[in-house]
Amino acid sequence: MTDLPITTTTASDRARDIRAAVESRLKTRHASERRFKLYGQLAIAIALSFLVVLLGRIVTQGASTFVVHSISVQVPLDPARIDQTALEGVNYDIMVADAVLAKLGEKDDDYGTKSEAIKDLMSPDFGFQLLNMIKADSSLIGKTVTVSGPLRANADLYFKGEIKRSSPEEERTLSNQQLDWLDALKSSGAVKTGFNFGFFTKSDSTEPEQAGVLGAVVGSAMMLLVTAFLAVPIGVMAAVYLEEFAPKNSWTDVIEVNINNLAAVPSIVYGLLGLGLFINTLGVPRSSPLLGGLVLALMALPTVIIATRSSLKAVPPSIREAALGVGASRTQAVFHHVLPLAMPGVMTGSILALAHALGETAPLLMIGMVSFVPGVPHGFDQAATVLPVQVFIWENASERAFHERTAAAIMVLLVFMILMNAVAIIVRRRFERRW
Amino acid sequence: MTPNGSSFSRSVMPMNRDDSASHEAATASAATSGPSVKIRARDINVFYGEKQALFDVAIDIPEKSVTSFIGPSGCGKSTFLRCMNRMNDTIPICRVTGAIEMDGEDVNDRSIDPVVLRARVGMVFQKPNPFPKSIYENVAYGPRIHGLATGKDELDAIVESSLRRAGLWDEVSDRLLQPGTGLSGGQQQRLVIARAIAVGPEVILMDEPCSALDPIATAKIEELIDELREQFCIVIVTHSMAQAARVSQRTAFFHMGRLVESGATDEIFTNPRDSRTQDYITGRFG
Ligand SMILES: Nc1ncnc2c1ncn2[C@@H]1O[C@H](COP(=O)(O)OP(=O)(O)OP(=O)(O)O)[C@@H](O)[C@H]1O
Ligand SMILES: [Mg+2]
Repeated sequence: MTDLPITTTTASDRARDIRAAVESRLKTRHASERRFKLYGQLAIAIALSFLVVLLGRIVTQGASTFVVHSISVQVPLDPARIDQTALEGVNYDIMVADAVLAKLGEKDDDYGTKSEAIKDLMSPDFGFQLLNMIKADSSLIGKTVTVSGPLRANADLYFKGEIKRSSPEEERTLSNQQLDWLDALKSSGAVKTGFNFGFFTKSDSTEPEQAGVLGAVVGSAMMLLVTAFLAVPIGVMAAVYLEEFAPKNSWTDVIEVNINNLAAVPSIVYGLLGLGLFINTLGVPRSSPLLGGLVLALMALPTVIIATRSSLKAVPPSIREAALGVGASRTQAVFHHVLPLAMPGVMTGSILALAHALGETAPLLMIGMVSFVPGVPHGFDQAATVLPVQVFIWENASERAFHERTAAAIMVLLVFMILMNAVAIIVRRRFERRW
Repeated sequence: MTPNGSSFSRSVMPMNRDDSASHEAATASAATSGPSVKIRARDINVFYGEKQALFDVAIDIPEKSVTSFIGPSGCGKSTFLRCMNRMNDTIPICRVTGAIEMDGEDVNDRSIDPVVLRARVGMVFQKPNPFPKSIYENVAYGPRIHGLATGKDELDAIVESSLRRAGLWDEVSDRLLQPGTGLSGGQQQRLVIARAIAVGPEVILMDEPCSALDPIATAKIEELIDELREQFCIVIVTHSMAQAARVSQRTAFFHMGRLVESGATDEIFTNPRDSRTQDYITGRFG
């Protein structure tokens, strides 16, 4: 031990010097503290503004999807125009158009140009409705029936202000006459504005006004189910083995490094793997929820393993010692005490991995999940579409009306994800234990 | 690695071996007159990887009495304690050589299942570590996994008698289903003792059971240890000389991985033979 160097200053002198030195630096210290606080606040402000711009754009673009303009038309089923031997071949659309013309107090010309123009404003779904009614009850022929549903997308866009009368006639998809008719129908009260329930109860369609997200939502849910049932049990078991039982040697080190690397592999690579392994080798049906679920399970697996391992690590060793100390075997210590304590972390990690898988698009495109699927999938091996792919398909569609639906589908996807994240947070809060 | 390490230590401290040998003789003679030997350890060497933590430890621990281990931090008290219920098995890098006999049976023998051994040799840790479950579950867990109770009534009886013997029953009998982690530190430590008692052990190892407790809780645990002595062989590690003097009949002093001296507690405290023991108990180092 060395003594402090003996100086000429007294103790109180030294104390004063120290205080002076501290005070002289105090100002710069405070300044740098303020500066760092400012940087931090700036960073948060920038991040928030990006988020606001992003969400704002999606919401402003997609909100109009939730409003729909619909109409009810009384159509006389003229027996002369319906060939009962070939119900499918009857031109129901013209019958609907004529009924609308009658409603407007107009008569078609000899060339049928007016009814053709009206046809462009009415959804072809009206024709299918008529067909189905007659098929179900042929006694309806000769009577007058009512069909109702959304206007065709162009008309809808006009009412929403997307197509403007002020723009030159040849640049819009609707003629002046069509606009006049629409105005007339609107002012007569025939056109109703309402909430677009159809968007949630219908699946994809070639007609934008008939297109909905139900098929994609169901497809996504089925695919996630497959992913969850594969990735969570396998991932948890793998993690438990690696963390609690496996000997710590170079083999397990290699495995650990590989798992960590797998978590960072670009998702499209999993798509390639799925294509090669599941489709070409194992013959899993293309574009089915089963196939998508398998591929996404591969992708979610490393994340589940890593999350499980870190929550197993977070369980205090004293709990393991306590269990071993009363004579529990290693397996009993893990399954009776350690794993239950790690469960909140396991579940949170798994849900977040699933939420991530839900939004994944690239690997699904790779395995051919881009086909047009008009209905709700009826089985895990049937063709299906999923939300992010639906967004992708609609965004690439040429009709303008699909673009607002793109944004709306993104909103549905976001709501789906927010719900899953909320569940993750609730699970963590609810089951978190302190010791 | 090992031979070098031990021969080096031996040459540095030539006194040590002779010392422990002579004390072994003393222990043996005491054992013949006093209570019978429960645990007999010979030539215990423990290695953590390359590092040797215990050197040729040999000691007899008598039945139905309290033996305390004292010594400076890092001298290997916990390591030796953990040899007796093979808790060191759970540390991959740890290697134990030598013989520990319990009632004449080698605990490291292949035929001995550590799971069974740990039911016979209960352990209480430094920090109370109840399971984050109900008080009842904490005590019932051991009997349940060992199949000691055939029905709910029997299990209830074991839980009650264990809690009673741990002196906790009166405090918790009306809230058995509340979490064990919600008890005070001293209550938790008694709960952990009840948990150890519940599987009907023969030996209870306690590693600094009072180091996290206030004097009142400590007094309760000490009182409890004194009562438990009637039925169990108890080994306690402690840093408190006063505690060792109060609760134990025999004391062993460890220093740098060696058992320096062991014998009757009064003798060790009033008339230590080794100067290192003398220095330690008078507070000159440690
Ligand atoms: N798990 C381990 N891995 C490696 N070395 C260890 C391990 N446990 C203990 N040791 C070493 O073994 C030696 C003895 O440790 P031990 O815990 O037995 O000491 P102790 O006497 O109980 O000390 P304390 O009074 O501080 O609890 C120490 O040098 C310690 O560093
Ligand atoms: Mg210790």
